[in-house]
Parts: sequence; structure tokens; C-alpha cells
Amino acid sequence: MNIVVCVKQVPDTESPRKLKSDDNTLDRGAADGVINELDEYAIEEALLLKEAHGGEVTVLTMGPDKATDSIRKALAMGADKAVHLVDDALAGSDALGTSYAIQQVLGRIGFDLVILGSESTDARTGMLPAMLAERLGVPQLTLSSKVEIDGSAIKVQRITDYGYDKVEATLPAVVSVVEKINEPRYPSFKGIMAAKKKPVETLGVADAGIEADKVGLAGSASEVVDFAEAPPRAKGQIVTDEGDGGVKIAEFLASKKFV
Amino acid sequence: MAEVLVLVDHVDGEVKKVTLELLTAARRLGEPAAVWVGPGFEGAKEKLAEYGAAKVYVAADEELTSYVVAPKVELLAQLVADKSPAGVLLAATGEGKEIAGRLAVKLDSGVLTDVVDVADGFVGEHSIFGGAIIAHAKVKRGTPIVAVRPNAIAAEPAPAAAAEEQVSVTLSDAARSAKIVEKVVQEKGERPDLTEAAIVVSGGRGVGGAENFKIIEDLADSLGGAVGASRAATDAGWYPHQFQVGQTGKTVSPQLYIAVGISGAIQHRAGMQTSKTIVAINKDPDAPIFELVDFGVVGDLFQVAPQLTEEINKRK
Repeated sequence: MNIVVCVKQVPDTESPRKLKSDDNTLDRGAADGVINELDEYAIEEALLLKEAHGGEVTVLTMGPDKATDSIRKALAMGADKAVHLVDDALAGSDALGTSYAIQQVLGRIGFDLVILGSESTDARTGMLPAMLAERLGVPQLTLSSKVEIDGSAIKVQRITDYGYDKVEATLPAVVSVVEKINEPRYPSFKGIMAAKKKPVETLGVADAGIEADKVGLAGSASEVVDFAEAPPRAKGQIVTDEGDGGVKIAEFLASKKFV
Repeated sequence: MAEVLVLVDHVDGEVKKVTLELLTAARRLGEPAAVWVGPGFEGAKEKLAEYGAAKVYVAADEELTSYVVAPKVELLAQLVADKSPAGVLLAATGEGKEIAGRLAVKLDSGVLTDVVDVADGFVGEHSIFGGAIIAHAKVKRGTPIVAVRPNAIAAEPAPAAAAEEQVSVTLSDAARSAKIVEKVVQEKGERPDLTEAAIVVSGGRGVGGAENFKIIEDLADSLGGAVGASRAATDAGWYPHQFQVGQTGKTVSPQLYIAVGISGAIQHRAGMQTSKTIVAINKDPDAPIFELVDFGVVGDLFQVAPQLTEEINKRK
């Protein structure tokens, strides 16, 4: 089974995140880059499926040179090889443009299964997996908390507001995962050493057959027009409990008409 | 005035509050036209009329709800082609965002998700990086598609006709590729839905165990609120995963958020920072959650929370 895991390098949420004032896009130099957390669950699920059913796990990322850090981590966890789509023409792509670019690469490298985290911690649009399913014309098995494969049949549990849906489809398919699905492994020392020898293919826009006017800031169908720091919250009142802490909160809630 | 399509979010005919918020927002942008998918419209018609749906496109065919997301996208795409609306509004729920994304691909239109407000010209306001930045964005191409965060816009009634028009769509094979074979409803009790609730009470690491979540539930019930949990609590198995509030869980924006035994790491703050009023109980005076609160108590939650519940019940 040919499994492709899409990973995104995002600013570490623990470090300061900024937008750039010249074009209102994410300042990727402002914070340390890490693998988007939910994508680690996607990598883990891909590795578990490979261990159960055989095949190969390819990591695919779109992002600047620095994104090689995330590729190395995925390879150290156990992925077999990687494809890095990197080109200045891609900078500032919105979700629509990003999904188009990734579709083009997937069309070239082929897949039985594409797995992604259900959203990224930076843009948090939660749209890319569904967009890819639409573009590729394959089943959308998103927000999954459990994945089972038997031959070409795939079953997932899709998280809903009321619990979950049991969903069935046939491969090839796009799967997105939620945090509940598994516990990502840590790369072993052996894995880290082995990762250095694994192949990483670098593609530019032209190599992948991507039309440059459909990506990047200019090709995007939406744009950020302005941004500002949110006004700081007014300093709240903090009291130490002296046996009447609960009563004091109740009084506060009453003053705000909550009770 | 051009129509604005509003996809109705409902569970078995029960309209979710976010739909009323979307209809309210749609009135600023054009004439609200609700889109109903699945059975149960008759019971919901009055509510949609009350909140300003001038028209309702009703697609009652159950097949449209038997597959993951794609049939709703094909229906909306057909309505956009037939009716040339000014734009499409949806709820920024897990599924609403997915529908928005696929529709954007199908129409090659710009899409904004998780906006907390939408103004003239479909300019969306985003609260990003855990509420630290307010950004405005707009669509440059196609029919604007905007997914709005539940609870961000106050629903206001404005009676309208809700004139019914039956519509249908012939699904493609691709739209039938991910079949829902069973819907599993998990225990939730009588509490409001987490992302829609006006009041949310969440418990964290300080709660110390699954059995102690009774304290959180009792407080939530005294206020008629929903129960949430921090990642530390769901990771420990003290409370089910679907109630996790935070970066890898749900984003909530209630009128009142009470954080009990939650330190307020960025993971959690990202999911609750746009709550209108925030209250916290924590024994650590240096907990970062206190930077956000309108009212905070430094103290033992096992003393303070039950006393608060008792006091609220007394005042009823």
C-alpha cells in the first residue's frame, strides 16, 4: 500500500507568532518551526497501517527550505522517503491554492491512501483534507478517530457533535485524523540515524506541473486586508480564597446577570 | 437585493443556534435564503421564519445525508449556479468548514473560515493565534463562502416569510463514495452542545480524576451550561475526548467561561480566549489563566467550586 502523509511545518505555538506588515502573511522567521502536532498523529497512523498491511510511507510537505526539519522528524519516526515541494512562487498560497499544488504532486507520485492531520495550528482552516478529496475525486474520510483497512475496503469512525459516524469506502481515499486516534511514537536513536540516509526529493513548481498563477499570494482567491493586535483584556479582579471564594464568584456572576 | 445562502445546521430537524446567528449575519449582506438538507423541515420552518429566512430551499432527499459532506457540496454548488447568490454562509464546525472548503474548490471561489464577524462585502474578521491578533480578510474571486464561528454573532429575530421551494440534485458517483453506515450517538445528557453553549464550565489537571468531574458537572448544571475539559484531563481519560477545549480540540466562544483547575497553557487558551467573560479557580496564583480572567479565585477547587454551585442554586 502506497501511503502519503502530508505534513506542514508550523510556528511553534509556544513561541511568538506574527504576521508580516508588508503582505499580511505569516512571518515564518519569527518563531521556531515544528511539525504541526496533528500531523504527527497522521504519521503514526500511516506507520501503523504499513506495519499491519505492508507498503511504503512517503512524507509530502510544501513549505520553505526550513521545512526539511519536519521531514527529518517524520523520516526518523519511520517514514520511508519524502517529497519536498519548495518554491518562492508558493509563498502566501491560501488553502485553495495549497490544495491545488498538493493535488498536482499527489497526481505525480501516486497513492492508495493520503493521510493528514485534521487541521494545522497556524491557519486552523480545517479545510485542506476535504479540499484534497474534492480535487482528487476520492472518498473523504475525515475527522477520523479510528481507521481499519481490509484489502481495498476502508472503514473509519468520523467524530461528530453527537458521537461518531461509521463510514465505509474503497481505496484510494483521503483520511484526516484527530488527536484521539493514537499516541505518536518518539524517534529512536536508530531511527534518527537511518533518516539521514533516506531519500528526499525536492520539487519546484515547474517540476510538479503547477501553474504558477494559481498559487502564491497573487493566485490566491482570498487575502488578508489588515491586521492588528487585539486590545488587551482589562485587568480582572483576582482574590484569594478565605473560605468564601465560591460566594465571591457568585456575587460577580450576579453582577454580570449570569445568575 | 441579492440572496445570501445559509446552510442550515440541524440534527434530525432540530435547528442549531448557530443557524440563527448565520441568518442574522446574512441580513447585513443581502436577503437570507436558508438551505435545508434532509428530513424534518416542517418542524423547523417557524424558527427559520422567525430569524429572517425570506426563502428556504428544501432538499429533503435522505440520500443527501447518507454520505460524508460531498452531497451537500453538490447541492450548494447547484444552487449557486441557479440562483447567483451574493455569497454563502455556513457554520464553522468541523463539517461546516469541510463543506466550505470543498465548495470553494468546486466553484473556484475564495473562502474564509472561522470568522468571528462578517461585514458588508463579505469581509470576515478573524481572531487568530489564540486571540492575540484581529485580522480582516476578503474574497478576491468567485462567490464568497464564509464559515462563521458559533456564538460569535448574537442571533436577533426578524420575522420573514420562509417561502418554501423544493429543490433536488442528482449526485455524482464521487459524492457517493464515503457512505455513512451508522450514526452513533454518545451519552450527553441534557446539557447544551459545547460549541453552542452560552456558558461553559471546564475542568483540568487540578480536578485530579474522572470521579471528581462530578464537581464540574454540578457547577455546569447549576448554570445550565456545557462541560468542557482541558487536554490534560482528556489525555488522562477523565473526560471524553469530544469535550476537549483547546488547540487540538474544540474552539468555544461562550458568554461565560469558567476554568476550574486549568493552568491556562497556550494549548487551552487557543480554544477559549474569545469567551466574553472568563472566570478561573486555581490554587496556583501564577497560573497563566489568571492573565485572561475577569474574575479569578486563588484557592482549592474542591472547596470553591462546590460552594459556588451551592450559592448559585440558593439564588435561583
